[in-house]
Amino acid sequence: MSRDGKRHDAPAGGISRRDFLRGGAVAGALGSAGLLAGELVEGAKGQPAPRMEAGVEIFGPGPVPMRLRINGKSYDLNLEPRTTLLDALRDHLELTGAKKVCDRGTCGACTVILDGDPVYACSLLAIDVQRQPIDTLEGLGRPEKLHPLQAAFVENDAQQCGFCTPGFVMAAKALLDHTPNPSLGDIHHGLSGNFCRCGTYAGMRRAVLAAAPLMAGAIEEEPEEGEGLEGTDAIDPTDGGVDNKKSRKNKKKRKGKGRHG
Amino acid sequence: MVEHSWPDVKDRRLIGQRVSRLDGPAKVTGRAKYTYDLQPSGMLWAKVLRCPHAHARIKRLDVSAARAMPGVKAVRIIQGQGTEIQWALDDVVAIAATSENRAEDALRAIVVEYEVLPHQVKDDILEGAANVTPGEEETVGDPEAAMAASAVRVQGRYGMPVVSHNCMEAHGQICQWTGPDSLTAWCSTQAVSGVATQLAEGLDIPATNVRVVTEYMGGGFGSKFSADRWGIDCAQLSKQAGGVPVKLMLERRAELTVAGDRPSAFAEVEVGAQPDGTLTAWSSKSWGTGGLGNSGNPPMPYVFQIPNRRHRHSSVATHRASSRAWRAPNHPQGCYLTMSALEDLAAKLGMNPLDLFLQNLSMAGPLEKVYREELEVADQLMGWRQRWHPRGDPARGPIKRGLGLSLHTWGGRGHRSNCEVTLHPDGLAEAKISSQDIGTGTRTVIAIVLADTLGLPLDAVKVSLGDSRYPASGGSGGSTTVGGVTSATRRAAQNVLAMIFAKAAPRLQAKPEELEAAEGVIRVKGDAARSLTWRQAVALFGRTPLTATGANPGDGELTGSGVGGVQMADVSVDVETGVVKVNKMVAVQDCGLIVNLKTAESQVYGALIMGISSALSEEKVIDPVTGIMLNVDFESYRMAGIGDVGELVVHMMTGPGYDERGVIGLGEPPMVSPCAAIGNAVANAVGVRVPFLPLTPRRVLDALAARAEKKETA
Repeated sequence: MSRDGKRHDAPAGGISRRDFLRGGAVAGALGSAGLLAGELVEGAKGQPAPRMEAGVEIFGPGPVPMRLRINGKSYDLNLEPRTTLLDALRDHLELTGAKKVCDRGTCGACTVILDGDPVYACSLLAIDVQRQPIDTLEGLGRPEKLHPLQAAFVENDAQQCGFCTPGFVMAAKALLDHTPNPSLGDIHHGLSGNFCRCGTYAGMRRAVLAAAPLMAGAIEEEPEEGEGLEGTDAIDPTDGGVDNKKSRKNKKKRKGKGRHG
Repeated sequence: MVEHSWPDVKDRRLIGQRVSRLDGPAKVTGRAKYTYDLQPSGMLWAKVLRCPHAHARIKRLDVSAARAMPGVKAVRIIQGQGTEIQWALDDVVAIAATSENRAEDALRAIVVEYEVLPHQVKDDILEGAANVTPGEEETVGDPEAAMAASAVRVQGRYGMPVVSHNCMEAHGQICQWTGPDSLTAWCSTQAVSGVATQLAEGLDIPATNVRVVTEYMGGGFGSKFSADRWGIDCAQLSKQAGGVPVKLMLERRAELTVAGDRPSAFAEVEVGAQPDGTLTAWSSKSWGTGGLGNSGNPPMPYVFQIPNRRHRHSSVATHRASSRAWRAPNHPQGCYLTMSALEDLAAKLGMNPLDLFLQNLSMAGPLEKVYREELEVADQLMGWRQRWHPRGDPARGPIKRGLGLSLHTWGGRGHRSNCEVTLHPDGLAEAKISSQDIGTGTRTVIAIVLADTLGLPLDAVKVSLGDSRYPASGGSGGSTTVGGVTSATRRAAQNVLAMIFAKAAPRLQAKPEELEAAEGVIRVKGDAARSLTWRQAVALFGRTPLTATGANPGDGELTGSGVGGVQMADVSVDVETGVVKVNKMVAVQDCGLIVNLKTAESQVYGALIMGISSALSEEKVIDPVTGIMLNVDFESYRMAGIGDVGELVVHMMTGPGYDERGVIGLGEPPMVSPCAAIGNAVANAVGVRVPFLPLTPRRVLDALAARAEKKETA
């Protein structure tokens, strides 16, 4: 199952990729999801096993237990398998930093960081991302103790209505994690998967450039004690065989095609 | 009586400075809760079944199966059997259910049959179009005679399509009946006071029983003044469901299709001039669509009041959702249609358009001096005189570079607004005003004025807004908010300060007029030793908070009207691919007395970017066969990204000649010129006019091909 929600092109008009995902409760219908389903049973102890149809395991359509690891804490949820990561965050965990705007993997307002890479939370199913750490805006800083990147957004007025801002902050965070000293071109590339309607790109350029040298010393919010999902750190990423570093590099290349012209 | 005025330059501590927006930390950490984010206890989700046809009659509608679906709590038929639907994606049935997915599931269980009726969606050709309503002809002087006598004449046909507001936070609200005839609505709106009134009217309940709350709002641009029919329906669903809160937010394709249209505008223009470039005659016939209703009337000729002129605008009625105000209604259209023709005239005269503009600035009325100063600044910032070349970049190779120019105007006088300032015994000063901060920095300008007036630091004042229970304030449109709210706040703060001075004067053995509020104390001017701390001063009134109000309009010239702005664009065009790239934009803008320079500049940056976006790529594409909008997502309704906008230079005019005009609004004016400046720069680059926006590769290549064909046949 893909970890990179940003890569998928949806057809113009008609059914969206997400409608398709949500409409089908058949986990095995999509790529390697069958493998993931197998892992799930192990993780969700004492829950009814999925039923088998035509050699694939099927969850739902009713709610099934799942566990998400967000900002270093683990959350147990009981959700319909068709629930997107975005809806899980917003509607079930009250983590409303990630916004719902296009709801089909284009605008970037729902950007979160999954296992180190920026992804569109609207285009991933929550059930599919139980094995990977998820970082959302809420884990970055608080109003009274801003992360340097957030402080730079405020100082440079890189926001107006602010609705796209959470997605841009997370995309910029991922960019700077991978590219600590970005050029203007890197910034354009790294933030090309996000849209702002008020027109705050000038402030964003300044904010990211200003934040870059400060990021090395930045400390993210620490998780509360005694929490965190046990035993999952050792599990390989689902695209198996590729070490994390390399996979990130590939992803970076794939992500954010220029949309001009 | 208190004389209300802005403080002298030397007495301003915060006004005119660069202050970071106060709600910035809440927004950048995700703690700011927008309407879309709220989830009051027991909330239901509403979803809407929409008509897939541009014009149809509902033959059959059966919601019984939907009613029986799991989780469904309320079903409301908005347009029932027999109703004629006038535009695609109009509301038919709304369903409230326990989750968003369940509400969507239930929509699929609705049985509906339509009788499809003929539709009319085309707007770009006037001849033979059905449903044309001609406007009044406006004539000054003798345009025919003046045109005939003009030494040089150019004719042109230009146009810009319908574009969408496409707000990041979709239109919508959460409604909750809190009693048999009381409603609380959390609305994504730019008119808190006005929407409360509309909801009360639409639901036939007392206005006193409606409360509208908008703490944070994710973009409006003119499209969110109305309670909208879906707002009324959302409230009715809550009532049906026993008073639990119901959230109804538009899905993106509806947001793009029905929740925001800027009217299109097309025109046939003829302009005449003397050999020295003096404009003598103008004639324009324009048209556009605003849906079934009026399409506005672009002011033409724009800015330059050519002595002999004729203009008529006609509205083409179409089966599209009614247009909504869009930043600077009618002006971007009037500006583009006028400035394109003037640039074409300059090209025919072989004249630098900057000289053509300067030559005719006396026709710009009272803003002549402002434009002259701004053109000079813009010239320097762009290097216009050094870099400009006659139409058609002579450089070898496929990349052609060009410069374009435009200027614009807007009113922007402060709207009707009320403010109540409360001084709490703990020393905190609070301004209450039912206005809304739609991203323009309204909270922050109110705080700046309050703190500056009371001599307090920003963190000693609190701004409470976005609630219809606070003193009424106008909608945030037409660049009227900053003038309205700051004037009302200044008056309220000066009034409360006068009460403090009156009470403190005897303690300080001085007359009230000898006192000042500065650096957190009330003191005798020129004798800082005789002072009271702010808390001591407020404590003179005991434990009951002290309040005073202020209103706009009112005495004193705190807000003004009429601003000018100049913009220049530098573009590169690849004549092999047709791709236009904006290298640099310069915006020089006046808006009277600036309260917060940082957020003022942001308004201009934002307008440039939105303008680049509509110049290069935005267009609602309506399929003439089915009548439905095809590009209903961000992939195909293309907006500029961060890499598409080039270098942006913003210069605000301040100081003598500007400040003393009072606070004037800024959201609209810089939005007017970008399309015109970019269109002119493209013509300057490639040597031929690309007449219709957006300037897509296809249109650029078509214009180049048409020229090549013309040369061949000639």
